[in-house]
Amino acid sequence: MAAVSLRNVRKSYTSDLQVIHGVSMDIADGEFIVILGPSGCGKSTLLRMVAGLETITAGEITIGDRVVNNLEPKDRDIAMVFQNYALYPHMSVYDNMSYGLRIRGLSKEDISQRVKKAADILELSKFLDRKPRALSGGQRQRVAMGRAIVREPQVFLFDEPLSNLDAKLRVQMRGELQALHRRLGTTSLFVTHDQVEAMTLAQRMIVMNAGRAEQIGAPLEVYAKPATTFVAGFIGSPPMNLIPRDGKLLGIRPEHLEPCGEAEAMLSVQVDLIEPLGADTLVYGHIGDPGGNGGNGGAGARVAARLHASVDARTGRLPLRYDTGNVHWFDPASGKRIEG
Amino acid sequence: MEKRVVFRSAWLPYALVAPQIAITVVFFFWPAAQAVWYSFQLQDAFGLKTQFVGLQNFAALFKDGNYLDSFRVTAVFSALVAFIGIAISLLLAAMADRVLRGALAYKTLLVWPYAVAPAVAGVLWAFLFAPSIGIVTYVLKGFGVDWNWILDGDQAMLLIVIASVWKQISYNFLFFLAGLQSIPRSLIEAAAIDGAGPTRRFWTVVFPLLSPTTFFLLVVNVVYAFFDTFGVIDATTQGGPAQATQILVYKVYHDGVKAADLGSSSAQSVILMFIVIALTVVQFRFIERKVQY
Repeated sequence: MAAVSLRNVRKSYTSDLQVIHGVSMDIADGEFIVILGPSGCGKSTLLRMVAGLETITAGEITIGDRVVNNLEPKDRDIAMVFQNYALYPHMSVYDNMSYGLRIRGLSKEDISQRVKKAADILELSKFLDRKPRALSGGQRQRVAMGRAIVREPQVFLFDEPLSNLDAKLRVQMRGELQALHRRLGTTSLFVTHDQVEAMTLAQRMIVMNAGRAEQIGAPLEVYAKPATTFVAGFIGSPPMNLIPRDGKLLGIRPEHLEPCGEAEAMLSVQVDLIEPLGADTLVYGHIGDPGGNGGNGGAGARVAARLHASVDARTGRLPLRYDTGNVHWFDPASGKRIEG
Repeated sequence: MEKRVVFRSAWLPYALVAPQIAITVVFFFWPAAQAVWYSFQLQDAFGLKTQFVGLQNFAALFKDGNYLDSFRVTAVFSALVAFIGIAISLLLAAMADRVLRGALAYKTLLVWPYAVAPAVAGVLWAFLFAPSIGIVTYVLKGFGVDWNWILDGDQAMLLIVIASVWKQISYNFLFFLAGLQSIPRSLIEAAAIDGAGPTRRFWTVVFPLLSPTTFFLLVVNVVYAFFDTFGVIDATTQGGPAQATQILVYKVYHDGVKAADLGSSSAQSVILMFIVIALTVVQFRFIERKVQY
């Protein structure tokens, strides 16, 4: 296992097309890092640069104490799990998992022992003779992980490994990934666009937007103190409400809004959409009557609120209040968080 | 559910397929039946008398050293054409697959030889390798090689193999390139991370995944070498020297048209017909089931 560090890493394809604009991060030995961002933000490119599948235009990547910029993927001591699994279709599960070991010239007994052990962990022992096409999506996913595990690499790289699975299986695999990481403690980088995966798996996450790291931090910290309006809008479902107020942007999460009497109202929302989810109800609307109570700006802004299911939600006017301790402020021009 | 169109009229469907069937019958079944019929006959050289001889034409063929030798020549020729053609085009396709810039121009140029008629290809190579005036001959002389395929059977064979392979490479190339491009990039990347170098990746991952394409091309190339190379041979060696390049299909033509032995020629074409049928069966049996994984 090893620490990984990114030093002002940049990637450009041509002189005027830069896709990664200088990302720096220190990843501790054994840490589980999630790289989160919308599609096209450069998260996969960043991971592939760590893997050695993309060249590094500028900056430095180290794994352990080696600078790996100019090393071939095979010399970086990493293993990668691909979104489409990338299993060798003409090889059995056993051969798929042992391919890398055979290339590295391990003894037959050693290979068989490692594969059996990984197959046990992943509950694949029954399927070792099968070809990938005879496996379900979840099993293929596990073979792909098994292929990474047997190598006992310094770092695991996951490129959206769960996005081809159905919702139920994804939740299950998420749990298995967590258990696996606890058991093996290998440094892991996990790319996803799914904020739930990021929140649940990450020890720390790096939120990316348009080739830049918007924020790096523990999931709850990122949730509690988003550094930019992008992070505020990307994490949380529905996303944080951003309401223009006094030349700044007031951020308030939907779950921090609660209905109240007219007298206490800090926001007055004209509700036009209601989504009852069972445990709670989401209401959407826009801020009405700019002159009214709480009407110091932001008229017309869209607002979502998460209300307890006991609240009888109706369309029309809804007075809302919030605890000022839950408010975030952002600079509208830069999108950056304003502390204080 | 499969949607089926049902004709209410009893004769309309037959009328619609009639042209296709008519063409098949007139241009394929009829000549084939004729060939079978003639293969049981013995005709004098002037076509005045015809006599039914049963299977004697076939019996004579299998006792004829020339015919058996033609079998051997055909086997060597088609094995060389198929193997060399497939190997070179696979190499070219593997390299074209890595080309990023100008890939289209490269591919287009590689496809051109396929548009050249076999006879023209034959003449082209015959000129290049002509014993007296050929430019390749001249260069070879410089290296001390005595090149004269008009006298040397092996050199004649080499010439028609080169000409035939050159023409077929484009076709093979297209199939291999399409095959290579259908292999997911991530598979190659996974193999690279697993530690396999380019050569190893090719033989353990890429080549096995191309096996259906390779097998298909093997059959197509053998069929090509058996039949479509007639033009190449006729324009260059004409079966010589001393029948060193007389493949089966050329012998059919030679014996029937030049030697006017219609019975034997027909019998030979019937045998060729069975070979084609066998190859086709092999093709369908294995391709349909995929040799792959």
